[in-house]
Parts: sequence; structure tokens; C-alpha cells
Amino acid sequence: MNLSPKQYDASGVRGDHRVVASLVPEGARVLDIGSEDGALLQLLSQNRNVDGRGVELSQQGVNSCVARGLSVIQGDADTDLTDYPDDAFDVVILSQTLQATRDPKGVMQQLLRIGNQVIVSIPNFAFWRNRVQLLFKGRMPVTKYLPYEWYDTPNIHFCSLKDFVTLCDELDAKVEKAVALSGQGAHIKFAAPWWFWNIAAEQAVFLLRR
Amino acid sequence: MLGDTASQSILEVSLREVETPSSKLTRFGSDRPLKLDSGATLGPWQIAYETYGTLNAGKTNAVLICHALTGDQYVASTNPITGKPGWWNKMVGPGCPIDTNHYFVICANVLCGCLGTTGPANVNSTTGQPYGLTMPVVTIRDMVRAQAQLIDYLGIETLFMVAGGSMGGMQVLQWAASYPERVFAAVPIAAGARHSSQNIAFHEVGRQAIMADPDWNGGNYIAKGTRPTKGLAVARMAAHITYMSDESLHQKFGRNLQDRDNLTFGFDADFQIESYLRHQGMTFVDRFDANSYLYVTRAMDYFDLAAEFGGTLANAFKQTATRFCVMSFTSDWLFPTSESKAVVKALNAAAANVSFVEVETDRGHDAFLLDVPEMFSTIRGFVTGAAHARGIPAPGGAD
Repeated sequence: MNLSPKQYDASGVRGDHRVVASLVPEGARVLDIGSEDGALLQLLSQNRNVDGRGVELSQQGVNSCVARGLSVIQGDADTDLTDYPDDAFDVVILSQTLQATRDPKGVMQQLLRIGNQVIVSIPNFAFWRNRVQLLFKGRMPVTKYLPYEWYDTPNIHFCSLKDFVTLCDELDAKVEKAVALSGQGAHIKFAAPWWFWNIAAEQAVFLLRR
Repeated sequence: MLGDTASQSILEVSLREVETPSSKLTRFGSDRPLKLDSGATLGPWQIAYETYGTLNAGKTNAVLICHALTGDQYVASTNPITGKPGWWNKMVGPGCPIDTNHYFVICANVLCGCLGTTGPANVNSTTGQPYGLTMPVVTIRDMVRAQAQLIDYLGIETLFMVAGGSMGGMQVLQWAASYPERVFAAVPIAAGARHSSQNIAFHEVGRQAIMADPDWNGGNYIAKGTRPTKGLAVARMAAHITYMSDESLHQKFGRNLQDRDNLTFGFDADFQIESYLRHQGMTFVDRFDANSYLYVTRAMDYFDLAAEFGGTLANAFKQTATRFCVMSFTSDWLFPTSESKAVVKALNAAAANVSFVEVETDRGHDAFLLDVPEMFSTIRGFVTGAAHARGIPAPGGAD
């Protein structure tokens, strides 16, 4: 997914990547689905010393990952996760990709099957700005964080944070941790109930366990 | 085209290289025979190889390069027969992606190759005659067994990397399956885990062309003083088509005429492509033994890695700790991307550490031998990452 450059911090690390990295145990066996240019995998290899693998849809992304020394293959989250055996990884990461899959529920089931823990980051469609655009302008929301028009968006399955938690319940997945983020990827660090985050958070990172 | 005298001297050199190669050579006596898949035992036998760079004190930086059907051990040095530079001298050498300033590179002539490793042109010590067709049929696994015996002889426990294209890639996969603990990283390029029906078909055409040549003499041509050059040339011409792509042929030759302005209404080489193929065929026969061609193509045909593991390819890589970098080329129709993807799928089923890159090029199967920058940058990145994981110093810099 294309994200606006504002989401990178001073050291060039994306905000949501930093949060994801903080949830990954040192030295874990990790599968990163939607590796893009390999930035998260590289961060995890350097900072968390993980045994990392990646799956990326675009061959161009894959080639640049491999040239950086990362173990990445070309693949599609919707179809290729069935290749992996049960419990193949300590942590499986799906970063900003779930909303672009054809079968988010099927993908979630696969993630929970192959990973001991699953980290999913998603945009929150129920973010207040989105609500305001729909309510007052009567237009599909377009924000700096989600810059697409309705007709060219790769994001075909949007959900709210509440929707996602409901899906987790349905799949018997335990939400071990949830981190609310601003559109810039900044960690919003104060305690609040779910209904609040479902309005105030532009994106969130979830740590799940089967 | 080569003159008769030049051709004659090349022939003399190539005959000499069969028994006493210019490269390094190790002989194993009857006490250290090679047990082959066919059930036969080969011994005494010899293996010819080249090395580049220096083996480090911990013996952790050894890279084995596996060559393709008509390749040789001269991966990065001059071929003594043709006088041409090493066949992968842009991949292997000082400052290259497989940097000989940092890695100790070994490349051995395959079993039944004709540049010094025992094959049908070599003399059977019990009869004093060339083996010819009395040479047992060998497999890719036999080739790898022979290499493993050489690696033992060199005192190397674990190879940092095994890499190769086409039939070399088959050997890489066989190495990873047969000796997983001895292969830290594996790079099969433009290869597959089995030889397809179409590929067997092309090889059969080549073999039939050789055997139909009266000068083949039932495989006994060395003793009879003849050479099946016409048959071997046709075999090479047919095979060479499969190494290119429709697009590259079109771009390189199109329907262009060879040294003439009009069609001749005869069967001379009117078209450039005909002339090119004839040249490929004719130069090939001076450097390659016809019986070797039969044996090595047969080894490729017999290759089916899954069959060795109960029909499930993933079982070949169970619990593997080897890091893989699988590579294919978009215009390769001999070993299309689907063959590489089948390998990747099996590696995923084994939860192996795998990278897979498909390189966009119109150069066909032969792309792995050519100047394809994306291949070099990918291999450089993979090798550097693997060196880091292995704890050996990797060269700095990038492409």
C-alpha cells in the first residue's frame, strides 16, 4: 500500500513498523506478508535479530528485497499461504494489507494457522475524519493516510477497528495487545475504551494468538 | 569458421584434456569407488576441477559452482580448448557477485563430462580401451556424489554455497536434498526439480541425431578412428534453439539473409539464423565428446527429485536449514518460471528459508550465462546476506 511520506520518523522508520517491531520477540522466526521494499524485515533483522522471511506481491519489490539480502518470495496472501505448514513461524505479520485481500477472513485463518502469534496492522475506516467526510460531504473518504479515490483504491475490504475485533472473536483469536496509531503512525499513548479508539485512531496494530 | 588445421589441433587438445586436463585433477583408486544409482560401481575414477580464491582457516568460505550440460570446470578461467574466457566470469571472480577475493570457489567437471572427469571417452583401466557405451549410465545424484567425494578430499565439511544454472541448478537442488547439513546456501538458477516431458523430447532428438551418424559406430568411434561430428552438430543445433527465445531470435536475426541479397532457391544457409546454428553446431563438435552428450543428457532426463522422496518434493527439503535463492527468467521456456515456483512451493511447505526472484529478460534460458544486471545484483545481495548469517566477512560495495 502506498502511504504518505509523513509517516516516516526522523530515522526513516515508519511509525507502524516501529510499533510492530516492539511486539516481536528477540530472535523469533518471522514471516512478513506484504514485505514491499523490505523495510520492516530489515528493521526486524537489525533490531530484533529475527530469522525473517517475506512474501511480496510485486516482483519488483521482491527483487529489491533479495538484493538487500532479505529472504523474500513473490506470492499472494490470498492464495499462497496454504503452502506453509501449521505453526511454521513464531510470528506472522500482515502489515497494512488485510483490507486489500479478496478474502480477509480466509487470510486471517491462514495467519492464525501458520503463526504462533499474529500481528496485523489495519487502517480504521471508522476514524472520525472518515465519518465526517461521509456524513457531511456525502463522499467516500480520501485522506492523507488513505489517498485513493473509490475507483482506484486497492483497498477493497475496509473495516473499522470494532469490525476487526468482532472477526477475531469469530475466529477464536485472542487479542493480546492493541495499539492505536495516528495517521502519521504515532503511538497514541493513553488508556481509553474501545468505542473511543474506534473513532480516534486512524490505524491500529493488533497482536493476536490462536 | 575454423580451418582444418586449427580444427585438427583443437581436436588434439580436447582428446588430451579427457585424460590429463589442464586443471587440477584428483584420482580415486579402486579402493574409493563411486557407487552409482544404476547399481554399477565406478573405479578407479578421476575428477577434474578448478579452484579460485583461498580457503579460510575455518574452511567456512567454500563455494561450489555446478556447471550445465556442456559446461566445464573453467568457470572463471580460460578454457584450454577454445581459448575463451570462463563461462561465468562476470558472476565469479575478484569483485564479482561471487567474489573470489572473499570466497574459495570450486568448480568440477561433471561425471561423464569430457574435460577430465571420468566419462565415456576415458580409458577403462581394466580393458585399456575407452569406455564408450560400457560406461554405466549416471544420474544427477551420481554427479553430486562425485563432487561430495571431492569436497571430502579437500577437507571441507560444509559448503558456504552451492550455485549453478540449468543442469547446474539440478545439481544444486540434489546437493540440498542429499547433503542438507553440508550446504549453508543454495542457488538454483533457471532449473527445476525434474526434467519435463518436452525437455526429454528435445534431448531424445539430439541423441537420435548422434546415433544416426554412421561415424558414431555404435559408440565405438574412438577405437574406429571416426567422429560423429554431423550428428553431434545437429544435436547441438536443436538444443541451442531451446536456449533462446522467439523474441531474442527475432531481434537478433529476424528473417535476415546471410551474405546475400536474394533467396537462392536451394538448401544453402540463406537465413542468418541457419548460418548461426550451423556455426554453433560446428564449433561445438571440436570441444565436446558425442558419447558424453548422450550420457549427460540422459542424466538430466532421469532427474526427478520428488520421486526420490516418495513423490512429494517438500519431503526432499524437510527440516532443511539451508538458505535458498531460486531464480528464473521470464522468457525461459526450457525451464519456465513455473518449474522454479514448484520448487519454491515445496520449500515453503518445508518452511525453508527461501528467496525467489523472476528476472525479466528476453534472452531465454541462456540468460543465466549472459550479462543480466538484475541477476548479478540479486545474487550479490543474497550472497552478502548469507555471508552475514554465516558469520564470514562479506565484501562491501554494491553493483
